Amino acid sequence: MTSGAHPQVTVATGGAGGPEKELLRFLTCGSVDDGKSTLIGRLLYDTRLIPEDQLDALARDSRKHGTTGEELDLALLVDGLQAEREQGITIDVAYRFFSTPRRAFIVADTPGHEQYTRNMATGASNSQAAVILIDARKGVLTQTRRHSYICSLLGIKHVVLAVNKIDLVDYSGERFHHIVGDYLGFARALEFSSITPIALSARYGDNVIHRSERMRWYEGPTLIEHLEALDVTEGLDEKPFRFPVQWVNRPNLDFRGFSGTVVSGVVRAGDRVVVAESGRESTVARIVTADGDLTEARPGDAVTLTLTDEVDVARGDVLAHAHDRPEVVDQFAAQVLWMIEEPMLPGRSYLMRIGSRFVPARITSLKHKTDVNTLEHMAAKTLALNEIGFCNLGTASPVAFDPYGENRGTGAFVLIDRFTHQTAAAGMISFGLRRATNIHRQALLIDKSARTRLHGHRPAILWFTGLSGSGKSTIANILERELHALGAHTYMLDGDNVRHGLNRDLGFTDADRVENIRRVGEVARLFVDAGAIVLCSFISPFRAERRMVRELVEDGEFIEIFVDTPLEECKRRDPKGLYARALAGKIKHFTGIDSPYEVPEGAEIVLETGLAPEQAARRVLDALRERRVIG
Amino acid sequence: MSTSTVLRARLSPHLRRLEAESIGILREVAAEFHNPVMLYSIGKDSGVMLHLALKAFYPSKPPFPLLHIDTGWKFRDMIRHRDQIVKHYGVRLLVHTNPEGLARGINPLSSGSRLHTQVMKTEALKQALDKWGFDAAFGGARRDEEKSRAKERIFSFRGTGHVWDPRNQRPELWSLYNTKISQGETIRVFPLSNWTELDIWQYTRAEDIPVVPLYFAAPRPVLERDGQLIMRDDERMPLQPGEIERIRMVRFRSLGCYPLSAAIDSTAATLDDIIAEMLVMRTSERSGRLIDTDEAASMEKKKRDGYF
Ligand SMILES: Nc1nc2c(ncn2[C@@H]2O[C@H](COP(=O)(O)OP(=O)(O)OP(=O)(O)O)[C@@H](O)[C@H]2O)c(=O)[nH]1
Ligand SMILES: [Mg+2]
Repeated sequence: MTSGAHPQVTVATGGAGGPEKELLRFLTCGSVDDGKSTLIGRLLYDTRLIPEDQLDALARDSRKHGTTGEELDLALLVDGLQAEREQGITIDVAYRFFSTPRRAFIVADTPGHEQYTRNMATGASNSQAAVILIDARKGVLTQTRRHSYICSLLGIKHVVLAVNKIDLVDYSGERFHHIVGDYLGFARALEFSSITPIALSARYGDNVIHRSERMRWYEGPTLIEHLEALDVTEGLDEKPFRFPVQWVNRPNLDFRGFSGTVVSGVVRAGDRVVVAESGRESTVARIVTADGDLTEARPGDAVTLTLTDEVDVARGDVLAHAHDRPEVVDQFAAQVLWMIEEPMLPGRSYLMRIGSRFVPARITSLKHKTDVNTLEHMAAKTLALNEIGFCNLGTASPVAFDPYGENRGTGAFVLIDRFTHQTAAAGMISFGLRRATNIHRQALLIDKSARTRLHGHRPAILWFTGLSGSGKSTIANILERELHALGAHTYMLDGDNVRHGLNRDLGFTDADRVENIRRVGEVARLFVDAGAIVLCSFISPFRAERRMVRELVEDGEFIEIFVDTPLEECKRRDPKGLYARALAGKIKHFTGIDSPYEVPEGAEIVLETGLAPEQAARRVLDALRERRVIG
Repeated sequence: MSTSTVLRARLSPHLRRLEAESIGILREVAAEFHNPVMLYSIGKDSGVMLHLALKAFYPSKPPFPLLHIDTGWKFRDMIRHRDQIVKHYGVRLLVHTNPEGLARGINPLSSGSRLHTQVMKTEALKQALDKWGFDAAFGGARRDEEKSRAKERIFSFRGTGHVWDPRNQRPELWSLYNTKISQGETIRVFPLSNWTELDIWQYTRAEDIPVVPLYFAAPRPVLERDGQLIMRDDERMPLQPGEIERIRMVRFRSLGCYPLSAAIDSTAATLDDIIAEMLVMRTSERSGRLIDTDEAASMEKKKRDGYF
């Protein structure tokens, strides 16, 4: 072990005027067995933070589970789960605290195994710096690259490249420089502000707390010197004011406050603020805390704001300065790290959490995924566990955000599986795609387009028209089954379920036929507004009434499908014996017999006779894809 | 001087940061869960947690009750303190004791610490959570207490039956806590995750939070058993042959059931003394908790079963 006395360890003194040490949150990461846990064990051990009874336990554990023969296995100080100790690996993040005279540290020890990458990302999300370990014998590995890339995506700016196990390569400077060169070649693209290579041995303590005597060639800092000196100030005070409302504080009718934590910027009583999502403005009346009102609140302060006006503010809303607002969009592009076994499928609906807001969202398209080895972009249809891709997302209602690169607190989100409630993905917003009319949105927040994004397809009326017995219902039924299988929200309106209820009072006179179709049209329009695909099978012999329905909805939402089966063929089929009865004069006003059928002139889809019902349904399905009603 | 300056002067930036983080966690639960509860164990961590809850929702009251799982073997001073606190703050307290355990006469002396803990703490807690239908429960556990606790999330998901699966914890990125659960599932929430024992004492001093007098050194009758100093709080604990009670200056670092909580020799009679003593202390806080050592990886095992 490196010589040298234990450094004096002091602990932060609280209370008025006490010297305050700055906090550094960092993580250790890198490939399996590179020595991350051992390094943290070493830091705790050499800063003398391990109480005697735990040292005794460590000695016992090392004999039982240790990977280091007769010596203490320092990784066992950190690998606290039974499964970890038995297998000698880290499975989940451990958070440990230690401090030196100059600084206090929270360190997240993360697993190297690829299987547990999401736990590494968990540790990285709250860190300001990363210690990336490399086994000196093995050099840069895929996991080294993957972790470096994730660190960079998650906004970590400062990296320590810890070339560990240097004892196993005879403390070779040549080996060290070779690895450092390799790594820098790869990491150039990752936009870190600092990369500090350090040669060390976690197991024997060289260059961790104590400067090694066995590497005269090494002139850089020891790990602790570097971590103590690292400047990670983020300048949150200077950023725009952002305050996600967490809880509405309403003890009685006279007090209505908005509790939350300031993400960035500074707010003062009297400041003009805006509810980002609605555009409603007001003025900060008070900044309330249990210790009395404050004149200002800064990043990290948990406070309760009251406003001078009765504006509508709810959990999830973001308060900002009126003159410096976040973007409000319902579509944006983001980097997404997939974290569950079930692959990511564009189109499926998840619950997004951004700030304190939960909102249904779906990944509308996957632009590319990134090869962690080469950082190259590759075309892909899905993301598997631990893969990273650049995606477009849509939310069911507009959300306020800043790009993650500008503000970690307002640019990050997670996706939650709506059935299992697992945390499925972590995301970092790059930019908004379509400004949701950036101003004073006061209409209903949930509208047709919001519902549409939730469904993953566009709403439409599929209007089947044609003679009795032409096959409308048969085709519509098959089509609905197909659409349903694709996850589309459908509904079927036909004579049977309408004539028996809603239109029970109508007969078959021309006027009643028109009224029948008018009502059906109105109902179909409501379904379209709800975001569904409505299949309507009605003889609907008159052009005018079909046009009437067409005009109820937006362009492109009414799709007329003419089932063009000739009268002779329908008469031949006569599935319900209706033609026979009409011809016998037993039914009056029967279309094709004693009432006209006006052939459509501008039908979107014509299904000529001779197609099997399955074929016809497929034809419609293709047409719907072409028209982008479904994906 | 403005109020904000007063506040800044009293709490160090470090404690202010911890306080704000905890307040954010407390509010999150109040906003997201239907029926949360705060586990109140009467100890110093519970004291800080309750104090933080009172601050978090001000001027409202904390929108949840306190729950004490009473094993029937707590120090009498603890129960007294509990009842004072409830009156002092005007909060609602629920108390639950496992009736079957009581009927079976389970106790820490003849049943053994393991069975006692299992039945009177873990089972009792699960009973209480089910009885009142709580969907989220705050606990005062800290990551620095124990190595398996260092592995805990802040929002710790528990499946049906309140079990913890350490291998399948939800990733917890940023402070975007996943609060979504299905019927029968619950969440344990640890607002003090990132506090250390020293932070707790420094905050207790800065905020003048009342604590059980047993934390301060005083002459107390103790006996030595298995190398630990035990205070006989009542007659239910018989002396074994050769054991004698001696008056010693002792205090407790951690409080639980009295036969299972060992005292330490100490002269620290004030909060300042305790903080000074901590700076030179070379043993861990839970070393006096006899239940932690009765099995290897003992805490993890208890946590899997539903213990806090
Ligand atoms: N010789 C030598 N061995 C080391 C050094 N650092 C770690 N080791 C050994 O490498 C093995 C793996 O160490 P860990 O600390 O468990 O590795 P890890 O990176 O935490 O592994 P995972 O968390 O499972 O990815 C152990 O046997 C350590 O004793 C070192 O500097 N020199
Ligand atoms: Mg490890």
